[in-house]
Amino acid sequence: MTPLAAPTTTILVTIDEKTYSADPGETILDVCKREGINIPTLCFLEGVSTVGACRLCLIEIEGTRKLLPACATVVAPFQKVKTNSDRLKKNRRMTLELLFSERNHICSVCVANYNCRLQDLAHEVGMDHVRFPYLFPDCNVDGTNKIYNIDHNRCIMCTKCVRTCDEVEGAHTWDVRGRGFESRIIADFDEAWGTSPTCTLCGKCVSVCPTGALWHKQSVQNNMKKSPEMVSELTAKRGRKG
Amino acid sequence: MSKKKLATVWLGGCSGCHMSLLDIDERLLELLKLVDIVKSPIVDTKEFPGVDVALVEGAITSDEHLHEIHNIRKKTKILVAFGDCAVTANVPSLRNPIPMKDVLSRAYIEAESVDKGQIPCDDAILKLLPRVMPLHEAVKVDVFIPGCPPSADLIFYVLSELVNGRIPVLDKERLRYG
Repeated sequence: MTPLAAPTTTILVTIDEKTYSADPGETILDVCKREGINIPTLCFLEGVSTVGACRLCLIEIEGTRKLLPACATVVAPFQKVKTNSDRLKKNRRMTLELLFSERNHICSVCVANYNCRLQDLAHEVGMDHVRFPYLFPDCNVDGTNKIYNIDHNRCIMCTKCVRTCDEVEGAHTWDVRGRGFESRIIADFDEAWGTSPTCTLCGKCVSVCPTGALWHKQSVQNNMKKSPEMVSELTAKRGRKG
Repeated sequence: MSKKKLATVWLGGCSGCHMSLLDIDERLLELLKLVDIVKSPIVDTKEFPGVDVALVEGAITSDEHLHEIHNIRKKTKILVAFGDCAVTANVPSLRNPIPMKDVLSRAYIEAESVDKGQIPCDDAILKLLPRVMPLHEAVKVDVFIPGCPPSADLIFYVLSELVNGRIPVLDKERLRYG
């Protein structure tokens, strides 16, 4: 095995036929963001840990058969990366279709309509319909919190809320139960959000949620604006990067 | 060039897509130079005729819709899923996770406006399907136009392309759910 370059050396990587220099330890997504190369992301949030859960930022690396998430793949010397091949485009659309078919996403009656990362990405990749049968799972809406609601119909399990609550607010109210299709975001030990003794009502989870799954009670259809950058700015000011 | 035949159909939807179609205003007159609307909620035709293009609004909610969409497919060259209900099943599909018995009971017995109601069960009335479907789960769809409703400009673009023999492409500027 070739030893990795010494930490101080600059690494050269080729992304879509152009060569860029990167620092050791940087991810491919870091480099792309800096260089203005658009890679769609959904579960990535600057300032909290990376999970690589949504699979939208998948990229191709020459010599590797598997597609790898740009957010969780560290640059290596002379890597050749493709970010927008036909295979990737096909894959991104399929990933989005699977997300849409897995829960009950009904844009027209959603608080986040026109302000939704999932919806924006569907437009971006040209998803004119979903080829998989919709599963229409029976999902709860927890309205017990006095300021916010959580609607599991609209949740895509990106876990931005879980990571933000734990790593930024330090409350760890949110977590995940179950696996795969059955997995759900839970408050504490799967209790009503309204009676959670750990929730501080800070609302950071609501700000980072990319869809209409977490929302302010006073929001009505179409008018919920999200501000995930608030959490990124907060962590940057604390001198920490995800 | 002979005029193309256009049908517009209203299945399980709110007719908002048809309202948006009317919102193309005076441009309708330009279109009518190129097409004849031979079947529509605003045209008094009983049987569905053979057409070049059919815009189908709404989801498939009942046995009647299912029968109708198969009939439309047989007689249509280009079938267009018109609006979010046709493309995704949208609002009508809100009932899908709920057992049918509870849905009917809520509407016909428990509703605040109902006094001693009962669930209609006459053979003459349509039967709701256990699950509301978008069109493409039942038949092959050629063109999808999402939107709740699709904007008048988008409808005009799509129809202009179709009547001129082209298949419209909805890029990210034109694609719009909700």
